[in-house]
Formats: sequence, structure tokens, C-alpha cells
Amino acid sequence: MRIRDFLGLTTSAIIAHRLRSLLTALGIAVGIAAVILLTSIGEGIHRFVLQEFTQFGTTLVAINPGRATTAGTSMGVFGTERPLSIGDAEALSRLPFAKAVVPFVQGNAEVKADNRRRRTAVYGSGPQMPQAFSMSVRLGRFLPADDPVAPRAFAVLGSKLRAELFAEANPLGKRITIGGSRYRVIGVMEPKGTVLGFDLDDSVYIPAARALNLFNRGSLFEIDVLYRETAAVDTVVAGIERVLKARHGKHDFTVTTQQQMLDVLGSILDILTFAVAAIGGISLLVGAIGIVTIMSIAVNERIHEIGLLRALGASRGQILGLFLGEALVLAAIGGVGGLVMGIGIAWLLHLLLPALPVHTPMLYVLLAESLALCIGLLAGVAPARRAAMLDPIEALRTA
Amino acid sequence: MKPVIELRQVHRDFQVGDQVVHALDDVNLKIATGDYLSIMGPSGSGKSTLLNLIGLLDRASSGQYILDGRDVTSLSDGEQAVIRNRSIGFVFQAFHLVPRLTAAENVELPLMLAGMPLHERRSRVAKSLEALHLADRAQHKPDQLSGGQRQRVAIARATIMEPAVLLADEPTGNLDHRSGMDVVEILETLNARGITLIVVTHDAELGRRARRRLHMLDGRIHVEQGATV
Ligand SMILES: Nc1ncnc2c1ncn2[C@@H]1O[C@H](COP(=O)(O)OP(=O)(O)O)[C@@H](O)[C@H]1O
Ligand SMILES: [Mg+2]
Repeated sequence: MRIRDFLGLTTSAIIAHRLRSLLTALGIAVGIAAVILLTSIGEGIHRFVLQEFTQFGTTLVAINPGRATTAGTSMGVFGTERPLSIGDAEALSRLPFAKAVVPFVQGNAEVKADNRRRRTAVYGSGPQMPQAFSMSVRLGRFLPADDPVAPRAFAVLGSKLRAELFAEANPLGKRITIGGSRYRVIGVMEPKGTVLGFDLDDSVYIPAARALNLFNRGSLFEIDVLYRETAAVDTVVAGIERVLKARHGKHDFTVTTQQQMLDVLGSILDILTFAVAAIGGISLLVGAIGIVTIMSIAVNERIHEIGLLRALGASRGQILGLFLGEALVLAAIGGVGGLVMGIGIAWLLHLLLPALPVHTPMLYVLLAESLALCIGLLAGVAPARRAAMLDPIEALRTA
Repeated sequence: MKPVIELRQVHRDFQVGDQVVHALDDVNLKIATGDYLSIMGPSGSGKSTLLNLIGLLDRASSGQYILDGRDVTSLSDGEQAVIRNRSIGFVFQAFHLVPRLTAAENVELPLMLAGMPLHERRSRVAKSLEALHLADRAQHKPDQLSGGQRQRVAIARATIMEPAVLLADEPTGNLDHRSGMDVVEILETLNARGITLIVVTHDAELGRRARRRLHMLDGRIHVEQGATV
């Protein structure tokens, strides 16, 4: 039998039951749309986060207080045995490979300037922060290299906070209060936007030692070390560990390299992908059951046709092929419909929520369509086999 | 003349529960090329079983079947299918047209299964429908045709591959007298042109028209009339 005739026969059967075929294909389409939509969002987020993470370069190492067994759980561990201190950061900055060492504390506080006030994020940091995180100063200067333990009360404003507090006026040299303490504004940062959900523009930067006092904390959240590109990451980690172990007397901190962060990120995204696969899988399973049902009904309805085709010289193989082909065409239609639906919704979502990153790789499109075909094949096998194994005499005689 | 069909000691048993039904019981039969044979007998006497066996839709439980000089007793499913396609035409009481296909497409089915190219098929189908006075019905679906027209489409389909043998099981059973006679005349015309025609019927008048008449009873050929090979 020729391919064209084969397709002609299968599609004629599908067209003869338009509505039913459409509904069956819809079952697959919903599953494929779910898979495409969710993977598009997942992939979009993946790319987005990856870009956010690597924008500071890859020669960054984070040190957090507390010893974690896995790299992932150390982020944001606050209840520590031995805190990370400003002194630790100082000691690390004397390491030969350290280009920049940035202590980091974060909290929220009310910032007042003359008659304006705003609750905002307060970042306690050090003078090398702009260098480590590729930030630049628009007006004035960043925090100076003061005595790290007793720095002067200087503050640098994020661009948005500056606009909120001072509008167009020049803020340099102005006095503000942050959580009740007085500071003098010495600089304004370039707009940076949000990084991993933190609005860096709606914020104020003050020396880390002062932030520790302000938030009444005994430990830094984190120390970030930017190291020279020529240094090997293992040497960097070993060096940091040696210094801190010597100071603390034990290994009660966690060093996370950029690569480890990416690995953690990867494993989180893997879980996400798995969840997506599970959701899509369930919808596809429902779609597959629809195909099995409809094909079983079709075999029963067309029992005479099967007997007749056999009498006219169709082999069991040809009957199997015809019904399998029908299931495949149904699944393929559903697959294409699902792709259009999924990509369409992803695109709409992108229009409505520009902040939500969406990306549909061509590979996923091809994989989804192949998946639909596989499902059609699997779902079609049992009914098609039944059709092929029918006794032609029985089939012709059945009332 | 050499027989086109030869059955030697053919048995066909069916197991029904713990009973064995002898649907065919030691059937010996030779049918010459171009013969016109009717098979009559009461319901359940084995007529359809014999026809299905000859048509290679079924297999003998024992015995031998030689078709066109070839032993076809124990062919594989695929080999049987090829012979059905090329050498045997079936006409059924219930017509068995595919409802979603037009008359022309129904007639085209055996050619499609044989893998014949489209352009060749079209002209053959057109000629065949023309010969059966169905040219103006080519694009009609079965439900737009009368019973007689449907059976004529079925005959066109059964003969489109120019088979050696045409098997008809109660071909007039679902037709009024006039359309039935039309169909019989068409079948007889085809026989006159050389096709071997075997008709199962319990209509005595119809059965008498055949040159050779078999009467079956309990799976056996009970009486045989007319010329033998
Ligand atoms: N598939 C089958 N299973 C069991 N018994 C069958 C089957 N086919 C036919 N028979 C039996 O074989 C006998 C002959 O049947 P059949 O050839 O259809 O008779 P006829 O066509 O002469 O009416 C009947 O007794 C029938 O019940
Ligand atoms: Mg019968």
C-alpha cells in the first residue's frame, strides 16, 4: 500500500468523526501545551537567573557563617556558632589573590531626610563593593576606605531612594537619619535595577560595622571575595579556609564558589523541571487514555470495515498499520495544536508580564512533538492489535 | 479442463463449549475454470463455511485445498491476503461498503491495497463503474445509494482486480426481486466472460440458474446436479 493512500484512508476516518477526533486531539494538545508552556517558563527563568548570577563575573567566592553539609543550605544561615566578623573580612583582604573583599549585612530601616521619609533596604558593605559587583557611582563617591571597625557615618544612596528623598535636588553633603542615627550623604549610585529580586536602587549603602550596630547583629551575613583571574579556584578556597580556620579555631563557615552556586541553581531548576514533567506527564497520560478509548470505540464501530478490508486482501499488518496510523495522526494533530497553544500562551504571558522571562527552545518543540507521536503510538498499539487480530469471518458476520 | 479449485477430504470443525461442530465434513470438490456453481441447503448446513474456506478467509481443520494448481492449504496470513487480493472477489449479502468512502473510493480499495499507482486506478475504477451503470453515482456515499446500486458497487469492487474466482454469499438476500435479478444478471454476465462464479443461496429459483448445483446438509455435499469436471 502506498503512503499517500495509507494517509488518505486514516485521515478519512478521522475526518468522518471530526468533533470526536478534535476532542481526542485536544486531550493531547492540552498536555503538550502544558509541557511547552512550563518548560518555556522554566527555561526562561533558568536563563534569566544564570545571567543574573554571572553578570558579576565568575571569580567571586561567598563565605557564610555556619558549616553546611551541602552547599545549598548555607545561604542565609543566621544562627551561627561563631560569627563572621569585620576582622575576618580584613584578614581575607590580605590574601595575595584577593582583588576585593566585601563584607555584607542587610536589613530594613526608615531613612529620613528633612521632611521626607522612606522605609528602605539598608546594605552594610565595604569600600570595594562597586569593584566586586561592577556597580558604578553617578554622583560623589562610594564609601571610603575608613578604619573598618570604626568607619565614619557616610551613606551612599541608590538612585531610586535619592529620587524619593531629594527629587532633583543635589543630595551630596546632606544629612539623613537611618534608623535613628545620623549619616552624611557622600554619593549616589547609577541605577542598577533588581538583581535576584533585590531592588538595588531602592536602597542605601552604609559601612558594614555601622549596619551591624544598627541591626544589632553580631555577625556579617556574608563576605564576598573577588579573586584574581590568574588564581586557581582551589587555591582561593584553600587560602580562605586556612585564614578563617586559624582565626576561628574550627571550620564553622561555608565557602561557596560561583560554580557551586550555579550547581545549586541547577539542582533547583532540575527539581522545577521534574515538577513540570510530572504535571505535563499527567495531562499527557489523560490525553493518551483518550486516544486508547476513542481507538477502541473506532475498532468496534468499524468491525465490518476491518473484516471487509481483510477479505479484499489486507494483511493483519496493514490493518495494524491503519489503526496505528490513525492514533498517530490524532496525536500529531494534538501535538501541533498543543505547540501552537503552548507557544501562544507563553507569548501572551510575555506580553502581559514582561518581567517573567519566557523562552521556548526549538529543541523542546521537536521533543514535545516527538513525545506526542510516541504517546499516539503507545496508546494506539492495543486497539490496533485487537483490530489486526480479529477473525475476518467473525468481523463480517457481526451484526 | 484443469480445475481452478480442488478440495480433497476437507473438514472444518468448530469447538463450541465441549462439543465439536463439523461445519464441513469430508468435502471433496473440483470446480473448473469459468464454472457457474450454486450452493444451496438449509441454514447451518455449512454453505458459508465452504465459501469462506474457498475464499481463503478460513482454513481447513484437515484436508487439502488446491487453488489454480497451487496447494494453499497452509499458507501464512500474509500469503492468504495476497491471494484474496489478486485472485478472489467477494460479494456479501450485507454489501459491506465503507460508509465514509464514495462509491468510487470503495471500488478503489482493492487497488489501493495492491499498491497500484493513482492514475492507473482512476481509469480502471471509472471503467468498472461505467460497465455497471454507476458512472453518475461515483461520488455518492453508500447511504445515498439504493440497495441494488450498493450491491453493484460491491460487485465492481469484487471484480476490479480481475480475479479468477467470484464468491457471492446470498448476494440477493437484502434486495427486492427486481434489483436481485439485476444483480444476478450482472454476475452471470461476468461468468459468461470467463470468471468462475460460486453463489451461495437458499433461493431455489436462483440456485437453479447455475450450471452446477450443490445441495449441502450437515456439512456434507448431499446432492450434486449438473456437469462435473
Ligand atoms: N465460528 C464458528 N464457531 C462455531 N460454530 C460455527 C462457526 N462458524 C460456523 N459455525 C457452525 O458451523 C455450521 C455451519 O455454519 P455456516 O457455514 O455459517 O452455515 P450456513 O452458511 O449454511 O447457514 C453451523 O452449525 C454453525 O453454527
Ligand atoms: Mg450462511
